[in-house]
Amino acid sequence: MIKIENLNKSFGEEKVLTDIDLTIPEGKITVILGRSGAGKSVLLKHIIGLIKPDSGKIYVDGREITGLSEKELNETREHFGMLFQGGGLFDSITVWENVAFPLTERGNVPREEIEKAVKRRISQVGLKGMENKLPSQLSGGMKNRVGLARALVTNPDIVLFDEPTAGLDPITEESISKLIVQSHKKHKSTYVIISHDIEMTLRVADKIALLYGGKIIAEGTSDDLKKSKDSFVSKFINGKLEDLDMEHR
Amino acid sequence: MLRFLSTVGGWVTDKVAEIGKVTILFLDAVRWTFVPPFRFKNILRQMEFVGVKSINIVLFTGAFTGMVLALQGYLTFKLFNAESLVGATVAVAMAREMGPVISAFMVIARAGSAMAAELGTMRVTEQIDALVSMSINPVKYLVVPRIIAGITMMPILASIFSLAGFLGSYFAGVKLLGINAGVFMGRVYEILNMEDFTNGIIKSIFFGLLFTLIACYYGFNARGGAAGVGIATNKAVVVGCVTIVISDYFLTAIMFS
Repeated sequence: MIKIENLNKSFGEEKVLTDIDLTIPEGKITVILGRSGAGKSVLLKHIIGLIKPDSGKIYVDGREITGLSEKELNETREHFGMLFQGGGLFDSITVWENVAFPLTERGNVPREEIEKAVKRRISQVGLKGMENKLPSQLSGGMKNRVGLARALVTNPDIVLFDEPTAGLDPITEESISKLIVQSHKKHKSTYVIISHDIEMTLRVADKIALLYGGKIIAEGTSDDLKKSKDSFVSKFINGKLEDLDMEHR
Repeated sequence: MLRFLSTVGGWVTDKVAEIGKVTILFLDAVRWTFVPPFRFKNILRQMEFVGVKSINIVLFTGAFTGMVLALQGYLTFKLFNAESLVGATVAVAMAREMGPVISAFMVIARAGSAMAAELGTMRVTEQIDALVSMSINPVKYLVVPRIIAGITMMPILASIFSLAGFLGSYFAGVKLLGINAGVFMGRVYEILNMEDFTNGIIKSIFFGLLFTLIACYYGFNARGGAAGVGIATNKAVVVGCVTIVISDYFLTAIMFS
């Protein structure tokens, strides 16, 4: 389980996150939904310790990570996998080498085990035959699939997804969403997805947290939020963001 | 007047802060050099990139630098009937200064810019964040191999440049300008000594450290997409070259005082 308590973050004069309180349940898919520029990526990067908060605490499986040293954080990160926006692939190495990378760099995994794990993940994301391609030879959707395979190859307890369907066509979006749900069904890890895609969110999420104006304004299942008596939340989840902007001016 | 002082003061403060950050990167790199795992493959790859792939350009520019030095030296020394000094002058200039400095400029232009561009691109496309998320220290993985490559390969490249320059000066002086070969070489043996070479090698080690550190620093701190990578690359080359020239003065003053 991940718990965020009273988290605040500013970059210079700009306040990005304000008093964030959020609990991410274990073994479920939680989507943090918000429009572009809401601070979703910043919040996600806090969870894995890529950014440190100005104030507040983050607990991962009961352990507070905000005050950890880099060495201790690295130990915690071994339980994480992360899919970056656009894949975050290393562009000078092949698909195979990218997916194998987290295992190869551990140094203590036998070669046969690495080969087995990589083969399985590449097949799972439907990219068999593409092992020797470089990232520059892949489409956007393929890069995301490779990124997903790399994020899962170490069998992490927690997987973070930074806008997994951003910039993709609707068909590819749907295939990535299906892949996320299928892999979650198999592995039951804790998935944390950030997205501005309401349709994808409603398709995959066990829990949704709405991020607006740097704050979590509502959280619950998709049904909870659709039926919310709060008109703001209801408009948000039904995609009527232009109305929200008018109200807030 | 106050605004001018404020601008100058701000510029100075920024530069001092930058020097501080580069120093921190250097100390971090030194620490991580001695912490396992030691990725020898990465180091060898960088040595090949910095060293082996720079040989052609170093040979070429070295040879022509030697030739032009011989020509200019001949035109000047002829006024004093001292043409015989051309070879020794070029050999000493190459070993002490031209070899380390000009080869450093060539390698900065070739390898330093590529390093800054590669690391900058990795920064803006979140590849460095991906490394951190996999518990891999990016300074250890990216910076240390590049610095080791710079320190080990620059002395070799500087020596190649000096040798190519000397051979170029021999060709220009003896074959084209008609200086007696025996006299040419005799003066070289008289005047050139081991200290000239060793001081040149020491300089090139420093230059190798400086240019790789500066290139890695600007690449690591690139922000703002393709434009940011371009700025980082430009700064890596310009600041790298300026730093080489400034440090050359101080090293020369210490070594040859």
